[in-house]
Amino acid sequence: MKLSRRGFLIGAGLVGGGLVIGFRLKGSAPVPGVREGSFQPNAYLQITPDDNVIFQMARAEMGQGVYHGMTTIIAEELDIDPARVEVELAGVHPGFALAMGQLTGGSMSVAMGWEPLRNAGALARALLVAAAASRWGVDRDRVETEDGVVSNRNTGEKLRYGDLVEDARAMDPDVDFVLKDPADFRWIGREAPRIDGYLKSTGKAIFGMDVSLPGLKTAVVLRPPQFGGQVRSWNADTVRELPGVIQAFEIHTGIAIVADSYWEARQAAGNTHVEWDKGPLAGLDSEKIRKELLQGLEAPEPHEVVDEGDTATAFAGARQLLDAVYMAPFLPHSTMEPQNATALVRGESCEMWVPSQAPDMTRAVVAFFTGLRQEAITIHSTLLGGGFGRRGYVDFAGEAAVIAQKIPDVPIKVIWSREDDMQHDYYRPASCHGIKGALDADGRLVAWEHRVVSSSIFKGLAPNMAMTALPAFVPSRMAESIGRSAGDLIDQWDPMTSEGAHIPYAVPNIKVSQVLSEQGIPVGFWRSVGNSHTAFVAESFMDEMAHAALADPVKFRRTYLTDKPRHLAVLNLAVEKSGWGNAPPGRYQGVAVHECFRSFVAMVVEVTVSGSDYAVERVVAAVDCGLAVNPNIVRAQVESSIVYGLTAAIKDPITIEDGAVRQSNFHDAPVLRINEAPRMEVYIVDSVEAPTGIGEPGLPPLAPALANALFAATGQRLRELPLRLA
Amino acid sequence: MTTFQLNGQSVSVEVAADTPLLWVLRDHLQLTGTKFGCGAGLCGACTVLIDGQAGRSCTLPVVEIEGRSVTTIEGLGGDHPVQQAWVEGSVAQCGYCQTGQILGVVSLLGQNPHPDDAAIKTALSGNICRCGAYQDIIRAVHVAAGRMPPQAAEHDKEETV
Repeated sequence: MKLSRRGFLIGAGLVGGGLVIGFRLKGSAPVPGVREGSFQPNAYLQITPDDNVIFQMARAEMGQGVYHGMTTIIAEELDIDPARVEVELAGVHPGFALAMGQLTGGSMSVAMGWEPLRNAGALARALLVAAAASRWGVDRDRVETEDGVVSNRNTGEKLRYGDLVEDARAMDPDVDFVLKDPADFRWIGREAPRIDGYLKSTGKAIFGMDVSLPGLKTAVVLRPPQFGGQVRSWNADTVRELPGVIQAFEIHTGIAIVADSYWEARQAAGNTHVEWDKGPLAGLDSEKIRKELLQGLEAPEPHEVVDEGDTATAFAGARQLLDAVYMAPFLPHSTMEPQNATALVRGESCEMWVPSQAPDMTRAVVAFFTGLRQEAITIHSTLLGGGFGRRGYVDFAGEAAVIAQKIPDVPIKVIWSREDDMQHDYYRPASCHGIKGALDADGRLVAWEHRVVSSSIFKGLAPNMAMTALPAFVPSRMAESIGRSAGDLIDQWDPMTSEGAHIPYAVPNIKVSQVLSEQGIPVGFWRSVGNSHTAFVAESFMDEMAHAALADPVKFRRTYLTDKPRHLAVLNLAVEKSGWGNAPPGRYQGVAVHECFRSFVAMVVEVTVSGSDYAVERVVAAVDCGLAVNPNIVRAQVESSIVYGLTAAIKDPITIEDGAVRQSNFHDAPVLRINEAPRMEVYIVDSVEAPTGIGEPGLPPLAPALANALFAATGQRLRELPLRLA
Repeated sequence: MTTFQLNGQSVSVEVAADTPLLWVLRDHLQLTGTKFGCGAGLCGACTVLIDGQAGRSCTLPVVEIEGRSVTTIEGLGGDHPVQQAWVEGSVAQCGYCQTGQILGVVSLLGQNPHPDDAAIKTALSGNICRCGAYQDIIRAVHVAAGRMPPQAAEHDKEETV
């Protein structure tokens, strides 16, 4: 492939949405973090005269491995060992936008970064080659590179990349460059230790929580237990006199207490007596929410997401009809690092250190809450102690900025407790699903209807999206209100909660519909988003249909996947590796296959059952995510998704009581521990397709495969998460 | 004033006696490798070694470690066999819990130089990894166990006595 820098645009589509954003690689504003005298062919790369290669990594590293993966991609084309590249976490710049601005989500980083990063690396390499050719007075094809060294084929002379910085800076950057033939990849597709492993195994990794600045003070915030609640009164005078307390005042989310240290702030919070106004959600509980969701099944005019064929006629002529209701609860993200952010306001400018999945959105939200101009706000990205979608929301950054604005020239770190984190999340929405299937006289699946009822993720996100995406001259209050109106306009459809419901099976009549039911509980992206519930429902129900047709669940699925080779390939691989149908005595298997964010995953789960208890013994996963840039990270991400998915499938969820979250810490919202983790096997389909995401697609098949295994073991069809045997 | 041994050095801090060791380490001694996860001894992110044994620093009042010996991740030096196994095995995903996991393993290997899977699971059942790196953790513990110099294991054992 031959490309010229002239037409070098990064264009990207919002998956499923159709929004297309394109930016010149170099934006008008200077790229943050640039060294004097370095060779900087594009926003991502710098090479310094002392031979440091610096990569500005503009996606959030939250465990999913982009720090290693994106570095591998750009280093491969630059032709240098990724382990030699110095990675810097990038700030905000248009040159870093891929899809949805700088939001890290939807398992898109490697998928969307693949081309631009290869291009950026290849362009830099081409300029170094051109510079060397010019210095040596030889043709460019007499110059070759190997792991950071340029050599002259005629004379054998060698130069390090750093030696060529001066020359490369003077080159016309508009050179032709060629991408490597994948057969020549040295680092992509190979197993290698993660380059962030040392930092993360020595305590040297800096997460948001670890940001340290001279004179730093710590703030904690007391928020109303009820969503939408308000402060009525509090013992402000007493609190301000408590040991270590510097200031205490009300902010938009509650009462902020600033102290010399976290412990003093937290102790003071414990001695703060607040009378809360419970607000509009007082009295709301999970039972009431459940009833409202169930009512959505009867709503007369749902939004039609998919309408293929004629389900009504097919149902009328069916030999056998199945009709079921499925439920999924609210879930917290429970990142290991509780939410936090650090802000320093000086005059009309603000500097922030934030573990966020969206630095550009952070800047927009901070501008909104402080009234400062976006250009006056600098965002420093840190590592994230887990994200899973939670850190696509940046409420904590708004708190830090507002508090810091009241105490100018003093850096303020807001630290949430685990309890704060658990009770003020943007939860995976609770949902209710009505699903229907029909078999014809030959036992063939001929019709499928699935209605998804939940609150909307999009609605809550729209103001932040508008503030981030609209040009800076639009005042942020106006942008916020435009977003709010957009969210209200789309009052029936939310592609984020209904995604994944469109089954891949060749069924002639399919209808997917959606009803939004708003309860006022904040909801948001949660690892694999809509797929986390739609796949549970669809793949469990596919099993119900297979049993109704008296067919083996694997054979039944294969029948309808003949034109879906990638689904079929992962299904077949999981079936083969798991020994489907030949489980050891006392063990029972269930299967599921699902496409999520353009990757394909099939799973076979093996369980043992004892009375109403069960244990997940083994999970076999087969995955097709295109070319696996880092096979060991792909495997780790699928294992990670299995463990995360198991917590969701078997552990107690979030419940609502009197408008507030009942759970508070890991004792009552438990997560899977090492002694509960099953044996996991991950098989990767060999592929030459461009890479697709892997941070999330491993999650959706877990719950249905487990439910299907439990049905195989007991005959009980469990249609509600978490899965509890009678 | 509380005085204790921290990573081989004597330190004294003047903080309220009920201040948890975790916050003394993080806020007063600027050692941020020890992590805050739950504040209730439920997740293990704050694990340190106290006289060679894994303990939860988030619920331990600093006054209780007067005269005792504390090792944090910073005290392992960076090339401890457990850390090497962690780096080579790409165990860390987000990495936030891993400093606590590593110290849990150092403590375990001090008492049981060649643990089987069941012993590893029991020893680490108090350390949550939300990224679910559990299988890689178990694999890396075996690698580290095979590399621990016998004298080092003995040394750790003596420390616990």
